[in-house]
Amino acid sequence: MTDPILLRARGLKNSRSLATYQKLGGYSALEKTLSMTPAEVIEVVKASGVRGRGGAGFPAGVKWGFVPRDAAKPKYMICNADESEPGTFKDRELILVDPHMVLEGIAIASYAIGANTAYIYIRGEFVDEARILAKAIAEAKRKKYLGEKILGSGYGLEVHIHRGAGAYICGEETALIESIEGKRGLPRLKPPFPAVVGVFGCPTVVNNVETLACVPHILEHGGAWFAGIGTERSTGTKLFCVSGHVERPGVYEAPMGITFREIIEDLCGGMRGGGELKAFIPGGSSAPVLPADKIDTAADFESVAQAGSMLGSGGLIVMDTTVDMVWALENLLIFYAHESCGQCTPCREGSDWAVDIVRRIRRGYGRPGDIETLHRIARFASQGMTICPLGDAFCGPIASFLEHFGHEFEEAISKASSRTTKALPILPVQSDREMFGI
Amino acid sequence: MNETMTSPLVVASPDEVTDVTFDRSMEVQIKRTLQQYPDSGAALLPVLWLCQERWGWISRGIMEAVGKRLDLAPAFVEGVVSFYTMYQRRPPGKYLLQVCTTLSCQLCDTSALVDHLRQRLSIDFGETSGDGLFTLVDVQCLGACGEAPVIQINSDYHTDLTVQKLDALLDRLAGQ
Repeated sequence: MTDPILLRARGLKNSRSLATYQKLGGYSALEKTLSMTPAEVIEVVKASGVRGRGGAGFPAGVKWGFVPRDAAKPKYMICNADESEPGTFKDRELILVDPHMVLEGIAIASYAIGANTAYIYIRGEFVDEARILAKAIAEAKRKKYLGEKILGSGYGLEVHIHRGAGAYICGEETALIESIEGKRGLPRLKPPFPAVVGVFGCPTVVNNVETLACVPHILEHGGAWFAGIGTERSTGTKLFCVSGHVERPGVYEAPMGITFREIIEDLCGGMRGGGELKAFIPGGSSAPVLPADKIDTAADFESVAQAGSMLGSGGLIVMDTTVDMVWALENLLIFYAHESCGQCTPCREGSDWAVDIVRRIRRGYGRPGDIETLHRIARFASQGMTICPLGDAFCGPIASFLEHFGHEFEEAISKASSRTTKALPILPVQSDREMFGI
Repeated sequence: MNETMTSPLVVASPDEVTDVTFDRSMEVQIKRTLQQYPDSGAALLPVLWLCQERWGWISRGIMEAVGKRLDLAPAFVEGVVSFYTMYQRRPPGKYLLQVCTTLSCQLCDTSALVDHLRQRLSIDFGETSGDGLFTLVDVQCLGACGEAPVIQINSDYHTDLTVQKLDALLDRLAGQ
């Protein structure tokens, strides 16, 4: 296993401090960057092949290259720290362990696209994390790594923290931009893409925390070095966030292409209490669920797609054989129904409708046509029927749960009205209690 | 993760926030916030946060004052406040118990914590205990799934919770 890159400082005393970061070579990549032209910086990042770690997997260097060079308008860099995809908690870990690595990545990215202002959009719940970043920004400014005339160059950058206030959808880049502008977080139609018309109508790049944390290392060691880690098309290391039924849940760094078996059995110490794996969600809750026999799939963008899911954010949710899959799908759908922004009818109505159906199936009131209706919802709320990918995000789980565990749904429906029992897992929501009369 | 004591929220009574004005220190902070954006409307979320820290929740009077200060229609401000779940539109108790109910936490038995909280506090989600100390709410994924189950109390995360740990925590908060 290669040495950790992004989490190299984990476990060190005062890992968050500027002094520790400098001791590990921190901000030398920024110094090097300032001696290069922005176009050269973008070339290095393109050569590294680093792909967006927020979920979409779009090549970061290419994204930066979309920003028009000669635009008269100011340009903006945004670091997306709105980490809200269920099962994902890597950006929080990075901020807690090494906030300066994120800041250096922001500074390099801002220089590359010609931005003099950057915003860190951090989810409202991360109060401590926002404080840690604010402290790191102040430290970096004192040492001239941020602010005016960075390291004596002609380049200046102000970094501001913008706190969200509880909305999953603001992790979607155009909703995030709306939210920075002080509006409801409703995603925008694309095109125009943010690289051309983003925040305040200006060219904007939005990158995930982990993507930006890779950037200093890429600049320091070169694009070819980074491209040599992982697989051919999924380069570098990746942070995997493992939660659910494993012995040691947490954030692990490993090269792309490690198998899910290695993650679960080697890194996480196997299944909790010696349980048996039933299913896993490989890339945050929006990624289609995979059954246990896919455990030897390699964790890189291509292999996971080939297995019928997506690597997404690297949030691995592990479920053992005690889990009722009807219950698990209901839980996920409640999330999406709650978080749908309400703009597009297929998503707003479809997510609520799907919850109603799955809920009644679980409670013993399923009807013969229910599975077909779920399939129809999944067809009509995904693949371009909505402005943003939230439609796809809840339809993927529906389709995959039915594909791999459809028999549990069918069984529940066939036993309808005799299945209502308090022995079923009960969700902590008011309506659940009413249904069970407790 | 959090060993320091969670401090209670400062919660203004409805009467105190019917007609609000910003004092000097808030005004300084609002001005500083405005400097971070090319457009004054962009300061809306941070200014609402300032208000919630000051008064504990966002009343209609606060929305009107914020709208006036940032040159936004009160209806627009309310639209934004109601979109984001973290802005409290009713006065909460001193401790806001935000229980994560999403899948990873549920797989680690959040239900037991919820059952216990309901029993101990005799309240349900969305309600405040009779002594005004605790408000119980269910929230979506808090982004700390590796340390499930998680409850956020005011701004502090409390992780890897068990009923025993939760009881000890509530005892300390109630005795504070």
